[in-house]
Amino acid sequence: MLIPYVVKPRADTGLNNGKIGIWLFLASEVMLFGALFATYLMMRLGSSDWPVGTTYLDPRWAALNTIVLITSSVTMVMAWAMSAKRNFKMFRFYMLCTVGLGLVFMGIKYIEYTAKFDHHYYPSTNVFLAIYFTLTGLHGLHVLGGMIVNGYFALFGKKAYNENPEWFTNRVENSGLFWHFVDLVWIFLFPILYLL
Amino acid sequence: MGADHAEINRHVRIYLMVFASLLVLTGLTVAAWKWGPAAVGPTIAVALLIAIVKASLVALFFMHLSAEKRLIYWVLALTVAFFLALLFLPILTASNAITL
Repeated sequence: MLIPYVVKPRADTGLNNGKIGIWLFLASEVMLFGALFATYLMMRLGSSDWPVGTTYLDPRWAALNTIVLITSSVTMVMAWAMSAKRNFKMFRFYMLCTVGLGLVFMGIKYIEYTAKFDHHYYPSTNVFLAIYFTLTGLHGLHVLGGMIVNGYFALFGKKAYNENPEWFTNRVENSGLFWHFVDLVWIFLFPILYLL
Repeated sequence: MGADHAEINRHVRIYLMVFASLLVLTGLTVAAWKWGPAAVGPTIAVALLIAIVKASLVALFFMHLSAEKRLIYWVLALTVAFFLALLFLPILTASNAITL
């Protein structure tokens, strides 16, 4: 059975159901990360000697990762625009760029994590590193999830696109909303963890 | 039939402008950290202000919130209210404002 109103918007909300669904999901995500941000705030305000991020972290990697994620957000909206323009070839190109940039992000994160472990810095070392690994680890899992969905659309989306390009474009927009949310979270993680 | 091509091309131009703005703001974040105020308070304020501007650009243009339906705005307003309440709790605790 098909979920109703996945292509055309409902008359009462003016939205298709997929879009309402993804925004409700993102609202729950805000609360998930919000709880961890509140934890960070609680720990930081309660500590008399909270370390500056640079004590353990290298902001150059994080700045580079910020540029990588911002660029991936642009390739993501370009993928949506190409799908809306009914140009599947260019959609696939931009979507693969998005996934590729996600991979670069994860690669840089791997380098950062490896450097921490080499210095014997673990989540159990202190509260700062515990919250650092928790926040960036959870964020990394979200990047991975977005890459899987976007990769699926890029590699196996042709059939769905041919059957109903409008529905397909809506689905791309929804996965894009998730991807931009992941970018948005990183925009705050970068200064909070690395610079302050 | 695809969406209006001229309209999408207009969107694409906006995306590229937002992209350039985000890159500049990222540079500004690093510059403010390196050469900005030495005191912790102003440093945090500047960094968070730039992050809020960047996040707003992403939400308004990449997530299309600048032209979204009212229901989405209501969902987000409720989310922001609960999010702020969540952040306010530790601040209340730290300021020792809760007494029994």
